[in-house]
Amino acid sequence: MIQAHDSVIVLTLGRLLIPLVQLYGLYVLFLGQYTPGGGFVGGVIFATSMIISILIFGPSGSYSSLARNVVNGDGLGLLIFVGVGVLCLIGGGQFLNYAGIEIPGLEVASRRYLGILLTQIGVAVDVAVTGISIVFSLSYDNNDRESRA
Amino acid sequence: MTFSFEIPLLILLILTAAGSILVKDLVPAVFILGTYSFFLALLWAWLGAVDVAFVEAVVGAGLATVFFLLTLFGTAPKDTRIRRPPPPWAALVGLPMLGFLLLYAANDLPKFGDPTSPASVHVSPFYLENSLKDTHTPNVVTSVLMDYRSFDTLIETVVIFTAGIACALLLRRKQE
Repeated sequence: MIQAHDSVIVLTLGRLLIPLVQLYGLYVLFLGQYTPGGGFVGGVIFATSMIISILIFGPSGSYSSLARNVVNGDGLGLLIFVGVGVLCLIGGGQFLNYAGIEIPGLEVASRRYLGILLTQIGVAVDVAVTGISIVFSLSYDNNDRESRA
Repeated sequence: MTFSFEIPLLILLILTAAGSILVKDLVPAVFILGTYSFFLALLWAWLGAVDVAFVEAVVGAGLATVFFLLTLFGTAPKDTRIRRPPPPWAALVGLPMLGFLLLYAANDLPKFGDPTSPASVHVSPFYLENSLKDTHTPNVVTSVLMDYRSFDTLIETVVIFTAGIACALLLRRKQE
């Protein structure tokens, strides 16, 4: 249903813009503990960059290969989030109480800092994958589906 | 002299909200809804809730608009045009009364930024005082979301995951 755009201006701007948007998404994700933003917004911005690539170059374009591969990682973000919680359990603490992450030579506050960072990465992966997945679901082609069947 | 942006922002917010409902075609309505989200983001930023403004601008004005447009592209033109019957008289009488009741109740809310309001004396002083010491995280919003209230965030993540799974199950169906 979504085809590649035929305008040179749009294609060139897309090539310029997509890496910048991805860089900004990573910036928002990893500086969420110091500036506004965090896992949710960073994930959405990263998803937006991949949506731009789908809308400009089409779902089968070479720039969209990241989006095509990322869709298979559904549930990975949730696994990271719950995995951090279980790590806390293994360390002898409570579920999602990051002070229980067992890393020697790290004080409690730094452990909680690390836990916040890891769970933020989990949320970002979950949100980005879900955004891409919904875009692929919405642009799933009826005619294409009939010709394949 | 400082000029207050409160009133113009609220007027623009109401105008765009009304416009997205009153417009006859769904594609312009989606774009007006995007501008509504943008003005709402400006309002959040003006109130000092920068994180909420960020999310509103990115999700409301960016992602939701793309989702709506992709949905509309999958429909026929006759589906996106709306024909509205005139509203029943009960709605014309009842809704203004409800609005009046809400305005009357809003008088009893604590003033904006009131230090003795229940919201600012219950748990938020604890978070503000201990966040940097406990978690080495200067952004208190992040430390509340991800550490003190991480269970809520976990369930929200599950909700988002479920939404993606439900969309895939409903729309990516192979016809036998």
